[in-house]
Amino acid sequence: MKYKFEIICLLLIVGLFALTQIVGNQFYFFIGFVILQYMVMAIAWNVLGGYGGYVNFGSAGFLATGAYTAVALINFLDVGLVEQMIAGGIIAGLLGLATGYLTLRLRGVYFAIATLALAIILETIVAHWDYVGGAAGTSILPKRKPELLGELIVDRKEGIFGNYKEFLFFLMGTVAIICVWISRYIENSKLGRGLNAIKDSEEAAECMGVPTMRLKLIATAISGGMMGVAGAPLASYLTFIDPLSAFNLEYAINAIAMPMIGGTVSWAGPVIGALLLGTAQQVSSLWIQSELNLLIVGVVLVVFVIIAPEGIIGWFRKSRKGSAR
Amino acid sequence: MSEALLKVDGVSKHFGGFTALSNVTTHVSQGERFGLIGPNGSGKTTMINCVSGLLRNEEGKIIFDGKDVTNLKPHKRTGAGIARSFQIPRPFHTMTVIENLMIPAEFVGHHRGEKVDDRAEAMEILETMGMAEKANDTTLDLTQIELRKLELARAMAAKPKLLISDEAMAGLTGQEVDEVIDILFKMNERGITIIMIEHIMRAVMRFSQRIICLDAGQLIAEGTPDEIVKNKDVERAYLGSDDDG
Repeated sequence: MKYKFEIICLLLIVGLFALTQIVGNQFYFFIGFVILQYMVMAIAWNVLGGYGGYVNFGSAGFLATGAYTAVALINFLDVGLVEQMIAGGIIAGLLGLATGYLTLRLRGVYFAIATLALAIILETIVAHWDYVGGAAGTSILPKRKPELLGELIVDRKEGIFGNYKEFLFFLMGTVAIICVWISRYIENSKLGRGLNAIKDSEEAAECMGVPTMRLKLIATAISGGMMGVAGAPLASYLTFIDPLSAFNLEYAINAIAMPMIGGTVSWAGPVIGALLLGTAQQVSSLWIQSELNLLIVGVVLVVFVIIAPEGIIGWFRKSRKGSAR
Repeated sequence: MSEALLKVDGVSKHFGGFTALSNVTTHVSQGERFGLIGPNGSGKTTMINCVSGLLRNEEGKIIFDGKDVTNLKPHKRTGAGIARSFQIPRPFHTMTVIENLMIPAEFVGHHRGEKVDDRAEAMEILETMGMAEKANDTTLDLTQIELRKLELARAMAAKPKLLISDEAMAGLTGQEVDEVIDILFKMNERGITIIMIEHIMRAVMRFSQRIICLDAGQLIAEGTPDEIVKNKDVERAYLGSDDDG
């Protein structure tokens, strides 16, 4: 069937919605949101890093751009969550385009350093911008009885969702599924093949007719946009935001570690990586010790670099090939 | 000889204070087999990089097929009909051999809007190279000569009017050199103009109709293989003169 994958995606979205209606324990939505947010970050990172070979260390900067776009919009216009996410995606996408234009002439480790610098510059700007809370941060009170297209969305009695956690979980889940669809589409498109050629040898790609600069700019814009969408609901989720939580290095590290562990060659890699690593982190930090999650990332990453440098997907492909021979 | 396909007009290229190319003017005619020689560091690869667009020359013009391409990016020049191989093979190593050929086939896109089977065309190119059995192998499994052939095959998949072969034979055995020369002759018979950069004199002399020699960024000789062999300046560039020492 031609649209098999699309139908599965739609069913998954319906499934997510059903979960919010059936499961009563809010705690699951609370940690589910974090895992899904990481998944979007990992998928976004992989568009540029996995397909194109450009390592972005500044993922937190794009996520925070989305988050602070949302904060500014709440302060300025008091718009709803969905609008915040769309705006966050557009602004972070444009930021991706602009930084791409400035930094994509750099390669390898120099590009990585430039993206890290970008995140630090943005953090400094936000810390001195009092309108969105400055260095001290600001609290965000979710709108009471929000409406979307005339429907009451969140209300204990009459709303579609009983509370904000369910709504945020559903939104982030839907975004994650859309991002999976986009990254799978890119992987099988001319853009994806061109990015792969760039990863293998940029000069050869350029000499074989691949418009390298244009493809890299498209990839940074898409990647940045996805990260912005993932970041926009952060303020509503935490009900408080400050530069330290929005520009947290954990975002940048996880966005790299999850695709690496899952495998960067395929859209499924970041999804698997985010599910495994994200779940392990949440479980360990909630039940064992809250500082344990970064240690887990470190250990798992070292193990994978040694045993399966191409991630879980690469390891499976290799072992299947090996048994076929 | 018919009109010039490529004109290099007063081209200079500097790296800081070092002059890699100094006011080089030459042309390559349609359908010609053109040789480019010179000692190490004489500017051969710099000149080819300027023609293919990886480097921009500060002075002078590069005219290809009647159009000034001096300020075009490499991928645009490939679209216009210039394709090259690399001295050190740069395959797309995460792809199979045939996928390597599909990249230029897809991106140069001579068939925009038409329904043409890129894969069949790529397969045909591989067959003329004797590489058909390797089509689905990854490039990591290839030998040196197969990598060189892949470089040429990939350039051919861009359907060039001008093919630049940058030392495609360095490090190959005598028999393998003959094999590569045969491939280049076959391409030329199909009407493709070829520039061969080579250190193996036997190969250049046998293949080329006309040769230029660079030394320290300057064009010092131009002529048929016989003329080049007898040229005193060329001999001096390669061996040094009696007066030097």
